[in-house]
Amino acid sequence: MKISGIIYWIFIICYAIQFQFSSDWMLLGENTALLALLPLIGVVIILIRKGITESVTGKCVISLLIASGCLSTLNSVHMSDSGTTSWGIWLYVAVLTLVIWEAMGFWSKIDGSRDKKTAIAVNLLVPVLFGAVLLYLWEMLTVGFQVPQVLLPAPSMIGTAFVNAMEMLWADFQQTFLKAVLAGFMIGCCSGFGVAILVDKVPFLQRGLLPLGNLASALPIVGVAPIMVMWFGFDWQSKAAVVVMMTFFPMLVNTLAGLKSTERIELDLMHSYAANYWQLLFMVRLPNALPFIFNALKINSTLALIGAIVAEFFGTPIVGMGFRISTEIGRMNVDVVWASIAVAALSGSLFYALLAFIERQFTGWHPSIRVS
Amino acid sequence: MLNQLLKSSFIPITTVVSLIVVFWYAGAVYLNSDVLIDKYERQNTEWNFKKLVEDSWAMGRPVLPAPHQIMSDMNKSLFGRKITSKRSLVYHGWVTISSTMVGFVMGGVLGILLAIGIVHVPTLNKSVLPWIIASQTIPILAIAPMIIVVLGAIGLTGLLPKAFISAYLCFFPIVIGMVKGLRSPDPIHLDLMKTYNATQAQAFWKLRWPASTPYLFASFKVSIAISLVGAIVGELPAGARAGLGARLLTGSYYGQTVQIWSALIVASVIAASLVFLMSFMERIVQKRMGVLS
Repeated sequence: MKISGIIYWIFIICYAIQFQFSSDWMLLGENTALLALLPLIGVVIILIRKGITESVTGKCVISLLIASGCLSTLNSVHMSDSGTTSWGIWLYVAVLTLVIWEAMGFWSKIDGSRDKKTAIAVNLLVPVLFGAVLLYLWEMLTVGFQVPQVLLPAPSMIGTAFVNAMEMLWADFQQTFLKAVLAGFMIGCCSGFGVAILVDKVPFLQRGLLPLGNLASALPIVGVAPIMVMWFGFDWQSKAAVVVMMTFFPMLVNTLAGLKSTERIELDLMHSYAANYWQLLFMVRLPNALPFIFNALKINSTLALIGAIVAEFFGTPIVGMGFRISTEIGRMNVDVVWASIAVAALSGSLFYALLAFIERQFTGWHPSIRVS
Repeated sequence: MLNQLLKSSFIPITTVVSLIVVFWYAGAVYLNSDVLIDKYERQNTEWNFKKLVEDSWAMGRPVLPAPHQIMSDMNKSLFGRKITSKRSLVYHGWVTISSTMVGFVMGGVLGILLAIGIVHVPTLNKSVLPWIIASQTIPILAIAPMIIVVLGAIGLTGLLPKAFISAYLCFFPIVIGMVKGLRSPDPIHLDLMKTYNATQAQAFWKLRWPASTPYLFASFKVSIAISLVGAIVGELPAGARAGLGARLLTGSYYGQTVQIWSALIVASVIAASLVFLMSFMERIVQKRMGVLS
């Protein structure tokens, strides 16, 4: 509690200093000075009435006041046409970041142990705030210091490129994700699963394949990409083949481990019920293996995207995310490259989230999900 | 003795490996036959199955080279040339290993520091950890060529850009593993430290850090493998002239399949030995800690 008090005082002092000596940035853009004043008001309110951050409304009001400070600096930095913005704005940004950190602190202190809904809300809100702050600092620094676009474009530029190149990006997404990744992912996971079931019946094969499978998961399988491109041609089939190669072994190893995870006592119970092999498999062993299988699916969702994109570096028809990245970087259109990366990241995260959601539906009984 | 041999996994593994080799040879005949038959018919040569098999195992640019071709090429490029030669796989392998190791050290230090921060600062825990997990779903390798080109544009070339990619890839498993590891001590042990009036630093060095070593080495094994993948992919852009990734790329440009396969196998051997090195270090540390007697 002590440290946060000091931070608020630092903010007030620094605000006074920059206002006195280097406040010309506040004159740029509309309402900049007014918006820049609002965080100061917020900090003063906190110092006068310490209890205000206890209630949710208080938190919201304070956060909005602080956010307006971000807006004002963005306003100013976009208005100034040269990089020679005064040092006052950077002092302001620095202390504002400290105050934001404090604000995130009081959001993350909300006790979510009693109410499940608030727990979920807090666990979503704090990371989103953190991401927004990162974006804000990224935008401020790249625009303010006029970082060359080749090095790192500002988020706003990436956004514009994203909107402008929407059609092209959609075609890339279809080629890479909907064709190569999904097909390869399906084939790789299904065949890994099937082989695991077969191998599980033959202990000899199992002892032979398991160490090799473990070894294969450490190998740089992406390296087969050029070979697959030679075998299956430039279109999506070769990328799907790389994805199959990459996803097969994690699925095999995890399914085998999962099938082994059934406890002796459960097997004995089924034995005493005179269950046959298939009943045992479908009623006890596969449900027990589900957490392992979903783990493999989640690992594979990332691997599949990597495999497809890297395989496209070795040759494609003129469409695809990997192709886009490697050609646009050659033409120094870095904003389009970043937009492509954003698409890849977004689709990867959504794919992962979808699998995690399905996992929750199917393995709700498992301790690791029940507890949290 | 014989019984022991039967029980160990030696025989199953050799069986599976030899099965793979047999299938490989058969596959080489099958995949190369199209090109060869086409060639025979164009040249109007007499051919029978025996000749087809022999030729398909000795092609210059086969679709799938036979294992012995890869072996002889590896032998030639590993031992037949001077180590400093641009055509020696030892040279290329060393370039890749060095950037793998530098990246691994950078990623390891970053990962451990982040994990320590996350365990000790609640706000960091709530705000950063979800992003770290989310960023694992991002195909970071996709950015790799771009980072290389961009860093090359500002004059950073050679080992460091590749090492950055390796570091970027391998810090995730270390953060996740170490957060788990540093939180692995039982609450009862942490309470005991409290009753001893231990400071946070003391509790860290005497309890949390030793308790996290199994997790640390488990993460190390995963991250050194992906660090190698990162280094290889980092060598793919046209700028790189040395390293296993560059070998792969030139091989695919000129249709030198044997060269691609030998580079791949060298990469696999390096990966396996790096992981083995980590398990070896783990055993030494465990012995010195008294976990393994």
